Amino acid sequence: MFGKTARQDWIFLAIFAAFVLSMPVTLAPIGAGYPDLLQKFAIYGLFAIGFNILFGLTGYLSFGHAAFLGVGSYAAVWVFKLLTVNAVPAVIFAVLVAGLFAAAIGYVSLRRAGIYFSILTLAFAQMSYNLAYSVLTPLTNGETGLQVQLLAQGPVTDYINQDVRILDQWLGVKEVGVPSPSLFGIEMSGWPGFYFAAVMLIAGMFIAQRIFRSSFGMMLRAIKSNQTRLNYTGVNPRPYLLAAFVISGMYAGLAGALLAVIDPLAGAERMQWTASGEVVLMTILGGVGTLLGPFLGAALIKYAENIFSAINEKILHATFAWLPDGLQNAVVEIAGLFVGKGWHLTLGLLFMLIVIFLPGGLMEGFERLMRLFRRRGGAHAEREG
Amino acid sequence: MDAFLLQFLNGLDKGGAYALIALGLTLAFGTLGIVNFAHGALFMLGAFVAVSVNKLLTLEKVVLDPTRKTPWGEPVEIRTPYVETWLGDFGRFLVDWSVPVSIIAVIPVMLLIGVVMERGLIRHFYRRPHADQILVTFGLAIVLQEIVKHFFGANPIPQSAPAMFAGSADVGALFGLPPGTLVYPWWRLIYFLFAALVIAIVFAFLQFTTWGMVVRAGMRDRETVGLLGINIRRRFTTVFGIAAIVAGLAGAMYTPILPPDYHMGMEFLVLSFVVVVVGGMGSLPGAVLAGFLLGVLQSFSSMTEVKAILPGIDQIIIYLIAVIVLLTRPRGLLGRKGVMED
Repeated sequence: MFGKTARQDWIFLAIFAAFVLSMPVTLAPIGAGYPDLLQKFAIYGLFAIGFNILFGLTGYLSFGHAAFLGVGSYAAVWVFKLLTVNAVPAVIFAVLVAGLFAAAIGYVSLRRAGIYFSILTLAFAQMSYNLAYSVLTPLTNGETGLQVQLLAQGPVTDYINQDVRILDQWLGVKEVGVPSPSLFGIEMSGWPGFYFAAVMLIAGMFIAQRIFRSSFGMMLRAIKSNQTRLNYTGVNPRPYLLAAFVISGMYAGLAGALLAVIDPLAGAERMQWTASGEVVLMTILGGVGTLLGPFLGAALIKYAENIFSAINEKILHATFAWLPDGLQNAVVEIAGLFVGKGWHLTLGLLFMLIVIFLPGGLMEGFERLMRLFRRRGGAHAEREG
Repeated sequence: MDAFLLQFLNGLDKGGAYALIALGLTLAFGTLGIVNFAHGALFMLGAFVAVSVNKLLTLEKVVLDPTRKTPWGEPVEIRTPYVETWLGDFGRFLVDWSVPVSIIAVIPVMLLIGVVMERGLIRHFYRRPHADQILVTFGLAIVLQEIVKHFFGANPIPQSAPAMFAGSADVGALFGLPPGTLVYPWWRLIYFLFAALVIAIVFAFLQFTTWGMVVRAGMRDRETVGLLGINIRRRFTTVFGIAAIVAGLAGAMYTPILPPDYHMGMEFLVLSFVVVVVGGMGSLPGAVLAGFLLGVLQSFSSMTEVKAILPGIDQIIIYLIAVIVLLTRPRGLLGRKGVMED
């Protein structure tokens, strides 16, 4: 699956791109063929791929990555409010701001390793979250969340509730009501939004692949496997770590910006530590340190969230209608624990099972299966020959 | 001056909760080397044991009284808790004191949960990386939360302190202030004293009994203790059980201060982890010291005078302190050398 040669890399990327772009068709049979869900696949896939560049390659477990996602969202919405509703400047600005923010936090946090690093990143993320709710309300609009508003008529006194959109005004773009983000006139919701996110995802995957294959990626892996030895060979790992941290922060910023592009509302809850935990979970579930794993994990979790939380008792009764009545009620009662509002229970159990039995995540599972098949195939060949 | 004292007292009971949770976390970490993200869930479980005890005690027998009618013309329902019908005045006392009484249930239940958790799950993670431990216990915490949510619902369930402690104490009088200038809820004072007592018992247990001495020796060098023919693992399992009890007690007694809901544990866990790291991983006195210190600092920073100078400081003070401590004293306030440094 993972080639070592450049040719195989290109083939992998081509297959990935083809799959991502054809998701609306290929995933329709399993009930995932609609834009809202596929957008999430792409956006959280990007988030997880970026997180994996830090955690998968260097082994530094950040528990505060959601902060960059939140910052990206806020930055993007501010661009919508002040400059233009075109998505491109917003995305670029959000990635830059998230990168700067990550550079500042990374510079401090990377002085420590192991669990201390996790706690430091957690502390910074929680500080950002708490401040976004309290003192930084003029920037974040607190609990209401920052959103795109009507154009200001006359002098602007309140930038939260009155937008200026200088660039759009200058270009003479006409606005009717509250505008939604667009890409040169194409409104970025529904399918166009998905394709925009999908293109970003493919680009993100390409960059991640280049990093994995580069000497920089090799250096990051060296940090994970033995930092002391690296020190003795005269290498200072800190710049490499900081670069990895900033890159993965920029991925998170991009994901946050895309969330804002699709739905221009940024709230602080995106920065909470549970959101940081979610991306860790996605990466682990898919397979830490693999290229494809984080995307698979993100997609699987978003898919499961969507499916499991939609199931209710009626559907369960219909599913188990073939059972005798008493048994049916018992089964529905038990199954009801895991679906609908209780889907977090499924998530927690899934999480535990993966960590206990499959520490390498889904990708390790696939590899084991492949090996099993190959061995069986080999045995067949021997017998026949 | 009295505002200052009031904030100090405010910090003590919150600090007490932090210290108790952090103490349990440190016990688990120092003995088993486990980073337990499910510890907050144990705190929450303790609180819900108290809720269950209260529910059991207030199970009511409903009798219809046909002689009296409600304004709607239906017979009046007379509800009396079973314990009251059976035990009379003592029953009434039990219902009133349900929170302290629940301690009797909390200890065995939490011990059982702790031992089962250690034997069933955590034992298999000794040799796995810390990241794996964090992740599996994080998953366990979600599972425990969801189970509690299923049975008790998502809304906070208020519990009341015994009527005797319902009011406020005139603490100011003790310091020679005029009466009424500094009043403080009794239960919060009780909570602080309770936390101090539990901490003292745990320390005395580890310091003055042979059993505790072996555990301390095991924390220093488990291999040598093992070579001396002591089954150190079994003791460590018990220590994990004790850590669970401490967390459970902290949760149960905290219910009159903060109505428990299913995710209260997570909020406390994040803070307690910060507390442990500030105190120094693996240092028991460090955990207690940092717990009280951060509790008190947090409540000072929420004074209006302080907020006027540094807006928003009350929201971030704990994390800010953590960052400063970690950058200047990498091992925390009282951390030992060689713990968690690889």
